[in-house]
Amino acid sequence: MKNNSALERLYNGIIKENPTLVLILGMCPTLAVTTSAINGAGMGLSTTVVLMFSNMIISILRNFIPDRVRIPGYIVIIASLVTVVQFLLQGYVPALNDALGVYIPLIVVNCIILGRAESYASKNGPVSSFFDGLGMGLGFTVSLTILGAFRELLGAGTIFGKTILSESFYTPITIFILAPGAFFVLACLVAARNKIMNRKVKNGEMEEIPAGCGDCSACGNSCCSSKSFFDMSVDNKKEETKAASEEKAENK
Amino acid sequence: MNEQLYNVSANPHVRDKASTHSIMLDVIIALLPATLFGFWNFGVKAIINTVICVAVCVLAEYVWQRFMHQKITIKDCSAALTGLLLALNLPPEVPFWIPVIGGLFAIIVVKQLFGGLGQNFMNPALGARCFLLISFAGIMTNFSYNGFGGSFDATTSATPLAALKAGEVVNLKAMFLGNTAGTIGETSALLLLVGGVYLIAKKIISWRIPVCYIVTLGLFVLLFGGHGFDMAYLAEQLCGGGLMLGAFFMATDYVTSPITPKGQIVFGILLGILTGIFRLFGGSAEGVSYAIIFCNLLVPLIERVTTPTAFGKGGKK
Repeated sequence: MKNNSALERLYNGIIKENPTLVLILGMCPTLAVTTSAINGAGMGLSTTVVLMFSNMIISILRNFIPDRVRIPGYIVIIASLVTVVQFLLQGYVPALNDALGVYIPLIVVNCIILGRAESYASKNGPVSSFFDGLGMGLGFTVSLTILGAFRELLGAGTIFGKTILSESFYTPITIFILAPGAFFVLACLVAARNKIMNRKVKNGEMEEIPAGCGDCSACGNSCCSSKSFFDMSVDNKKEETKAASEEKAENK
Repeated sequence: MNEQLYNVSANPHVRDKASTHSIMLDVIIALLPATLFGFWNFGVKAIINTVICVAVCVLAEYVWQRFMHQKITIKDCSAALTGLLLALNLPPEVPFWIPVIGGLFAIIVVKQLFGGLGQNFMNPALGARCFLLISFAGIMTNFSYNGFGGSFDATTSATPLAALKAGEVVNLKAMFLGNTAGTIGETSALLLLVGGVYLIAKKIISWRIPVCYIVTLGLFVLLFGGHGFDMAYLAEQLCGGGLMLGAFFMATDYVTSPITPKGQIVFGILLGILTGIFRLFGGSAEGVSYAIIFCNLLVPLIERVTTPTAFGKGGKK
C-alpha cells in the first residue's frame, strides 16, 4: 500500500493505529457513552464527520495559520463543525442527541481530533488528511460500536435494542452498562487486538512504522519500531535466514 | 552446640513457623463457628452455596495457574479462604450461578489478573461481592429468612440494619446471637467476635484495625446517628450488618491492609468514618464492604505517609 494513499489511511485508522484500541485516545466519550451499541455508533459517526472536515479544512489552511496561534485556530474550526453536527443531531435524531447529551459538545476537546490536526493534517495535503480523518473516525466508530455492543449484550441482553439473550434464562449483569463495565470490556478489546497483531509480528509480517506518531509514552502499539525489542527479534530472524542461505550456498 | 557455630547463613536467623498455609488455615478455623451457625440458621441452601463458592474459587485458581504455567498454589488455602469469605457475604437464598460468577470474578479478575496472592490491591472476596451487588442488586439484597433452623415458611424480611434505618424496632439479643436475616456469615456477632479474639490471641492479626474500626464507627454513630447517647442504638449498629465479619476478617487481610502500625490505626479510623457515612447518610443500610474496598485502594498512600524512620536516619538536622 502506498504511503498516504486513501486506502492506506483507512487501514491505518481502522486497524494499525486505531485511536481507541491502539492510541488509547478519546477515552472520555469511549467510556461514558458506550452504554449501548447505538450510542457508540452515534458518537463514533458524529466524531467521524467532524474529524473528516476538520482535518481537511486545517490541512487547506495549514500554511495560513501562524504556528504560534495554531491551537486556538484549530479549536475554532473544530468547534464550528461540532456546532453544525449538534444542530443536525438535534433536528433529525433528537433521541440520540438526548442519549449522548453533553458528550456531543465535548467532541470539541476530543483529543483524537486535535491530535490528528496537530500530527497529521498540519503536515499533509487536504485529500490524504480527509481520508486520514475518515479512517480514524471509522476506527473510532468501529471500536465504540463493538464496545457498546458487548456492554449492551452483557448488561441488558440486547444488541441495537434487539433481544439476543432472553431474560427467561439470562439475568443481565447490570455492572456492564455502568462505568466499571466500560473498563472491563475496553481492556478485553485492547488485549484481543494486541494478541492478534502480536501473532502477526511473530510470523514475521512486521508492521510499518506508524506515520505521524508523536507520543511514544502514550502509545500502545507494540509493533512500533521505536520499541526496540520487537525490532531486534525481527532483525535477528532476518539475519538467521541470511546465514542459513549463505550456508546453503557454501554447501553447494 | 559446636556444630551450630559453623552454621553460617544470611539473616534472618530466627524464623517463625508460620506459613501462608498455616495462617490461612487459622483464619478458616476462626471463621468456622460463624459458618456452621450460618448453616444451622439458614439451612441446606446456605451449605450448598458455600460449597460451590469454595469449589469454584479453588478450581479457578488451579485452572488459571495451570494454563498460565505458574506454580500451582491451591494448597496454601488462600483461594479456599477467599471462597469461604465470599460465601459468608452472600444471602443464603441466591441462585446457584451467583457463587459461580462471584468466585470466578474474585479469583480471576481481582486476584490473578493483578499477579496472584500478595499482588491484589483489593480484597478478592469483597471485590466480588461488590461486583455481584452492583450487577444483581435485586438478588443480592433479597434476604429471605426461614426462621431459626428453617422451621417456618420462608418469608422475605429486611435485615436488622435495614429495619433499624427504617426506624423499626429490632431485637438486639437476636442480632447478637445471630438468629436474624442477613448474609450467611454476618448474622452472629457473638461467634464472629469469638473467631476474631482467637485470631488476635494467636497473633494472626493485630488488634489495631478491628478495634480502631469499631471504636471509630461507634463514636461516629454517637455523634451523627441522631439518637444521642442511646447505648441500645449504638449496640444495634455495632452488632448489625457485616461489621464484625468485615472488621476482623476482611479489613485485616494481609495483602490489602497497611503493614505499618500507625498505618493500621489510620486505616481503621478511615474505615469507621466511611462506614458511618455510608450507613447513616448513604442510600443503603450497609456500607462495610464499600468502605473496606475503598480503603484498600488508599493503602499505598497510607503506608507512604506512615513508614517509620529507619534507625539513624531523620531527626533534627
